[in-house]
Amino acid sequence: MATRTIVEAPGVARRRRLDETYIGEWLMTTDHKKIGVMYMLTGFFFFLAGGLEALLIRTQLAVPNGKVLSAEIYNQIFTMHGVTMIFLFVMPTLTGFGNFIVPLMIGARDMAFPRLNAFGYWVVLFAGLFLNSSFIFGAAPNGGWFNYAPLNELTTACGNAVMCTPGMNEDFWLLGILLLGISSIAGSLNFVVTILKMRAPGMTINRMPLFTWMTMVTAFLLLFALPSLTAASVLELLDRHLGTHFFQAQFGGDPLLWQHLFWSFGHPEVYILILPAFGMISEVLPVFSRKPIFGYTFIAWSGVAIGFLSFTVWAHHMFAVGLPPIAQAFFATSTTLIAIPTAVKIFNWIATVYGGKVSLKVPMLFALGFIAMFLIGGLDGAALAVVPFDYQVTDTYFVVSHLHYVLFGGTVFGIFAGFFYWFPKISGKLLDERLGQVQFWLMLIGVNLTFFSMHILGLLGMPRRIYTYPGDLGWNELNLLQTVGAYMLGIAIMVFFWNLTISLRSGEPAGNDPWDAYTLEWDTTSPPPHYNFPVVPTVRSRRPYYDKKNPDIADWKTATH
Amino acid sequence: MRMPYFRGMKRWIIPVVLLSSLLFAACGGNSPTILNPTGPVSSQEANLFWFTLWVATFVFVVVEAVLIWSIIRYRERPNMPQPKQIHGNNTIELIWTVAPSLFLFAVLAGTIYTMFNLQNISGTGQRIEVKAVGHQWWWEFDYPNQNNIVTADTLYIPKGTVIQVDLLSNNVIHSFWIPSITGKTDVVPGHVNRQVFRADQIGEYRGECAEYCGTQHAHMNFNVVVLDQNAFNTWVSTEQKAAQNPTDTLALQGQKIFKTTGGCTGCHGIVGVDLNSFTSDKTTSGLPTTSLVGPNLTHFGERDLLAGGVLLSSNGKDWAEDPACQLVNGKLANKDSCSLYQWLHDPQAVKPGNDMVIGSLTDDQIYALIAYLESLK
Repeated sequence: MATRTIVEAPGVARRRRLDETYIGEWLMTTDHKKIGVMYMLTGFFFFLAGGLEALLIRTQLAVPNGKVLSAEIYNQIFTMHGVTMIFLFVMPTLTGFGNFIVPLMIGARDMAFPRLNAFGYWVVLFAGLFLNSSFIFGAAPNGGWFNYAPLNELTTACGNAVMCTPGMNEDFWLLGILLLGISSIAGSLNFVVTILKMRAPGMTINRMPLFTWMTMVTAFLLLFALPSLTAASVLELLDRHLGTHFFQAQFGGDPLLWQHLFWSFGHPEVYILILPAFGMISEVLPVFSRKPIFGYTFIAWSGVAIGFLSFTVWAHHMFAVGLPPIAQAFFATSTTLIAIPTAVKIFNWIATVYGGKVSLKVPMLFALGFIAMFLIGGLDGAALAVVPFDYQVTDTYFVVSHLHYVLFGGTVFGIFAGFFYWFPKISGKLLDERLGQVQFWLMLIGVNLTFFSMHILGLLGMPRRIYTYPGDLGWNELNLLQTVGAYMLGIAIMVFFWNLTISLRSGEPAGNDPWDAYTLEWDTTSPPPHYNFPVVPTVRSRRPYYDKKNPDIADWKTATH
Repeated sequence: MRMPYFRGMKRWIIPVVLLSSLLFAACGGNSPTILNPTGPVSSQEANLFWFTLWVATFVFVVVEAVLIWSIIRYRERPNMPQPKQIHGNNTIELIWTVAPSLFLFAVLAGTIYTMFNLQNISGTGQRIEVKAVGHQWWWEFDYPNQNNIVTADTLYIPKGTVIQVDLLSNNVIHSFWIPSITGKTDVVPGHVNRQVFRADQIGEYRGECAEYCGTQHAHMNFNVVVLDQNAFNTWVSTEQKAAQNPTDTLALQGQKIFKTTGGCTGCHGIVGVDLNSFTSDKTTSGLPTTSLVGPNLTHFGERDLLAGGVLLSSNGKDWAEDPACQLVNGKLANKDSCSLYQWLHDPQAVKPGNDMVIGSLTDDQIYALIAYLESLK
């Protein structure tokens, strides 16, 4: 019988494989936690880029007839600010939270498709670098984040005038968005399958944590909304390079087709950006109020209702394009309807705080700030459904104010609530409480200085997307105020990154459960081991870890769900 | 434990409110504000705004008050017992689902009612029809029932008469907006949108393009001049005439430059010079008028705005401080001429990306052209 012998050269160490080195481990990882961290790092990197662009915009607009940026550069900067913040900061960061937290929350050991997960991340990173590489060519997208046709067409579609977009600017936008779409579809499929199939024993749909709920609704929204954007982008590429005329009026195409396709993605997208933040604060509020969430079922299902309704409201972005009045009445009604589940959520959050034992730690401050600011964004959003008023303020700074109250006062506050809440789990260290409070108050004041006055500026007739304005229209003081507020926000973000740096180096050790929390992710070490849980937990209520810590008064003994 | 932060907030909230109301009062003297409506359309829009604002303010104050009160009342204090573990209450859920619905549907009813009635307006005399054409980046106004007058940058309308503006574009999407008089309607290639409104006060108003339309979107404004009926009729009869040949020698020289070395007729029409009439489909040189991509200059001298408002004559302060302007001030009559000098000297420097191309002219040639253009009243 032949025997195989392995001869190892004595004294020579085996060469380490790539995935055993520190860098290689990250490059080749399929661990949902590492991928989640990479998503977040990437998101925060682009947050800095988009924030820098915002400061450039505000510097240009600080005084009338500003000379900091030329018209062309300004248009590239404001377009990339929107694209970066939406597609490269908020979406990757929220996906990062979902990646890290959701499998832990539902007691799973990883996402359903770990390799697909890694693929999704790397596509985001390269799509982001691709989009931003356009700056090297001086050809960053310059058509606004919505990239309207026919401005995004090549010269020949532009009639007498010759100033459409002959350069590569729009090609960067279209190809970048297609790439990001691929990543989002991969990620969403992964979330849907993970959440539906990999929950721990006993965790029924109606016992899932609300962040998991909202991540699932978001994933479904992406799956149904993205095809429309992808189709629009492909049609536009065909128009630009293969001579089709989908959006060109003089050849029988229709520019409004772009708007319908874009906004049937674009409005669900707005909820894609906010629903996970809803989920985050629905986790933070109960823990820091020492009570269960009030009206779990209503919060969860109002999220689902928002998801469905979000597909019926897209043309409220188009009230000024000349739709028939009956269509406008329909979209005004659907937009009014979608405000109801949103209001229900706000009331339930406040009811969670009411009667609690409210600990005003930084995650809670941000969660409460979220409610206070998102309410403003909700109210001025509902005002924009008032069609005749919308004729006046659409495409003015009023809309800029609204969307920033929702996205900054809402989503960004939510992200910071979640980040301060889960950072101990991710890193094993606590973030500094005092720096966090400084950051919170700077942000709260900064947001209102910057964005509240934009309401007034819109009422005073200042349009969006203008690179400069004359000095005699009464817009000067408000613009200066907004610039001051924007720099204040910039300082707040610097405080955050300082906090992150020193806390990573020498933060207080967090322990497994620094907040005395309720959900499964806290029932393991910080950071969690590769396999998450030594023993897969069993769930008997909506607060499994609370039950474990308080067996005598466990939820499953006192409440039926 | 953390409550001092909230005590502190009360102290600074008063100056913040004071400051913001001061700012509100300080601004807006000259603004194209929607809150000072001068026509039935903008009035209805503003009224609906005030109604919505009151509803929203009520909701805002109540909800924020409950939120802040709950935070302060239930903040963590030493020896505080664990709160009661309440999971929800269906009756309360029902109440706060129905309550906001009532507010929202009140606003929705106002919305739909106003929307369908917004353009049901009547006025004195016959409706004036105007075609507003959005170019990159200036507005052209045609009056088909007034002998097809064509002007640019300034919309003249009579007070108290219903104005019907048909909105056309052969390039990208623009949006037609006169904040004091009417909300905006987009100008979409391939669609003819219509905006109907009435202006009730004589005066000058700022109009703006509100849809992002490319590099110089910021400089696509127009003036709206509301005249009384007599003054409007006078304006129409003046406007219908062909341009007069100038008598001044400098202006005559300018006319020659316009026709020859300046190369202006390739893009611009002047009735009586290179066009036979506003309606002619051929220029005197045989080119179709549709090839004239620039504004019709027949009565240029009466215009207050230049190139979509990039050089605003009423805003002379900025330009009078410009060294180039000071250089020529001695030779030019007023700030308008100074603006025009800047424009003719280098239109691409003034408004980068616009369609205006001009050969390099000497300063003397520019002065002559200015004299001619300003004589075109």
